[in-house]
Amino acid sequence: MGDPVVSIKNLRIALPRGAERTHAVDGVSFDLTAGKIVCVVGESGSGKSMCAHALLGLLPDTVKVESGEIAFEGRDLLSVDQDGWRDLRGRRIAMVFQEPMTALNPLMRIGEQLMEVFEAHDLLSPKERRAKALALVREVGLPDPERIIRAYPHQLSGGQRQRAMIAMALALEPAVLVADEPTTALDVTTQAQILKLIRNLQASHNMAVMFITHDFGVVADIADQVVVLRHGKVVEEGTAEAVLGRPQHDYTKALLAAVPSFDPPPRRSREDAPRALEVVGLDKTYVTPTGWFRPKRETRAAHAVNFAIHQGETLGLVGESGSGKSSVARLVMRLIEADRGTVRIGDVDLTALDGRALRTQRHRIQMIFQDPFASLNPRRKVGRIIADGMVARGTPLEAALKRAQELLGLVGLDAGAIGRYPHEFSGGQRQRIGIARALALDPEIIVADEAVSALDVSVQAQVLRLLEDLKARLGLSMLFITHDLRVAAQICDRIAVMQKGEIVELKPTAALFADPEHAYTRELLAAVPGRKQEVA
Amino acid sequence: MRQFWRTMLRSPSGIIGLIILVLAIVIAVAGPFYFPNSPWRMVQRPFVPPFTLAKVPLGTDALGRDVLAGLIFGARVSLLVGLVSTLVALVVGVPLGAIAGYFGGRVDDALMRFTEFFQTIPSFALAIVLVAILQPSIYSIVAAIGLVSWPPVARLVRGEVLSLRTREYVQAAVVTGQSNAWIIWREILPNALSPVIVLASLMVATAILLESSLSFLGLGDPNLISWGYMVGAGRTVIRQAWWITVFPGVAILLSVLGLNLIGEGLNDALNPRLSREGR
Repeated sequence: MGDPVVSIKNLRIALPRGAERTHAVDGVSFDLTAGKIVCVVGESGSGKSMCAHALLGLLPDTVKVESGEIAFEGRDLLSVDQDGWRDLRGRRIAMVFQEPMTALNPLMRIGEQLMEVFEAHDLLSPKERRAKALALVREVGLPDPERIIRAYPHQLSGGQRQRAMIAMALALEPAVLVADEPTTALDVTTQAQILKLIRNLQASHNMAVMFITHDFGVVADIADQVVVLRHGKVVEEGTAEAVLGRPQHDYTKALLAAVPSFDPPPRRSREDAPRALEVVGLDKTYVTPTGWFRPKRETRAAHAVNFAIHQGETLGLVGESGSGKSSVARLVMRLIEADRGTVRIGDVDLTALDGRALRTQRHRIQMIFQDPFASLNPRRKVGRIIADGMVARGTPLEAALKRAQELLGLVGLDAGAIGRYPHEFSGGQRQRIGIARALALDPEIIVADEAVSALDVSVQAQVLRLLEDLKARLGLSMLFITHDLRVAAQICDRIAVMQKGEIVELKPTAALFADPEHAYTRELLAAVPGRKQEVA
Repeated sequence: MRQFWRTMLRSPSGIIGLIILVLAIVIAVAGPFYFPNSPWRMVQRPFVPPFTLAKVPLGTDALGRDVLAGLIFGARVSLLVGLVSTLVALVVGVPLGAIAGYFGGRVDDALMRFTEFFQTIPSFALAIVLVAILQPSIYSIVAAIGLVSWPPVARLVRGEVLSLRTREYVQAAVVTGQSNAWIIWREILPNALSPVIVLASLMVATAILLESSLSFLGLGDPNLISWGYMVGAGRTVIRQAWWITVFPGVAILLSVLGLNLIGEGLNDALNPRLSREGR
């Protein structure tokens, strides 16, 4: 291994008073070497993003660097002033952000944004800048470069936008590339392509890359070196092989064990049980209203969707973003109205009901939402959040609150939580509250829409176990929507694969993984990160 | 709540605004005990300049009435009109906006066209017409100001509700079978309130200005003295007796300024992400 390009030594960054802990980053040291990718892994709040921002002088002014050193090309980055930073950023150290949609200026063409990088550093003539921009667009593998540099960000797909971001970062041939969760917002198949692109570019430009992620599958695919952070401290570091293959620290072991395995456990078929939920011929097309000069635009969210869930069964609905899986969940819940089709719970046709009649049937099918922060009303106490549904059905408030306490116990929270507000809980705890709310009405069916996607792996594993356990104990059926095939493998009895609003394949989980028939299913399975070297 | 007060009291504009408002309220409530006489009574010879007689420290007007007493009794009218007419505007605007935003579609279209009907008419002209038709009195003035100032409230609430309606916790309330009225009242409105509060504080200031303008034109309640009326009455003699118009003018300026500062402080305290700190 060569000399380090960047050497972070004993970095300590203090958080403002009243924060969860005193230091965001506490005594972190590691090196970045040319031609190597260092993956900084940790759960949310571990301080991994702080490290990245410190490397670019982008720390928010509420935190303070207490001590430490970031040595880069013979100087300490922590003592660089604004002018110095302006010179360094982009030219020597560049960054790729998580969300390409918000990181690109929506009002500027891609080409202008690329040329701006040169302009900011006063390099090249306008003509050369344009030529360089074209070359960059070509290098990151964007199709039809002439058209792309004249396109606005919203005209590109998520993967294309991230490629454009990478092109911007590469423009001045930086020595160091910092990538902060660059693939988290992307679909699995796109993620695989972007990871490959970063790997290739890093090798051909001989850059040092600091890659921040929470996903061990991604680590397995891309890392040379791994640094595991927890609560702002390095708990383990070493080569990817060593850390993933022979983890030393208990925390790393626990994290790796929490990554859902790709092998579906054997499951008993429930297809002889009576049907709990039946969906027949569901159609939904979104039509954007026509204007005088605007053509009508139609998006097909669901087309002839058919499936049934048997009692006690979990049906997975997987697909990429925009495949219509969330629309199907909302159609089933009657949160949006279908154009055609029937949703039947037992022998009640839910789609035929309206108003009060619908409200009295709603308790039979309940939903767990994706975002544990957005799904709880910040101004209502937890007890009321859980009890509201029961009160609406006529249960007296006292009894409903008592039941809420029992439910909190059932999902593994303290009964005293009923008097507190949602913001006092962590993401995993909030998701448990969401589950308690769904269970409060004694439903027959639970619809879980990406219910564990926003959670850290270790919390994810706990919540999945809880769902599995509750399902078995209460005899529930579940429609489980996810983009994560690993999670689906662990929890689903059968899996339906959705593409562009249609179910292209529906099979028992083990059969689907062993013998995918549809080309799209095969593509999805191949793109799951960390497949080649099975972690855990 | 404690956090709210802390932020509010940290912003200097909020503190200054609060001090001015509290002072105005104290004067409006306690003042008349020190001035038991009607402000309409002639107490001295006309045109006594300020700071010459201890009995009438701010001088007298063209009819020998005490300017200070007028200011104090005028504070009552101004604050009362400001607060009550804002309340009227909220009572009309919040439900209309909430219903339009929550139900959307035709209901939204109908209600918003109705709102725009009011917005297209210049509000001051409409207020003059309303007061003139209803006969000038404190009630007609409050009603007129309330009626011309609810459309912005309805628009704001509609926008907030429109964005909150798609939140997951609102959808969760729908799937647990709660009624629309409950969802609007319990789930949506409490979360839409902060910008409405900020707007309301600014509306009180606008209402005070509107009332002053109406009184200035002689459309005030003839039985109640108000700052606007005093400015209007002193207008003709401004070159001989500046104090008759200047003191009530300064009173209007200060109270409107105070309310605007409070609005700014409220904005900082209720939308902490927009405030200057922690960027």
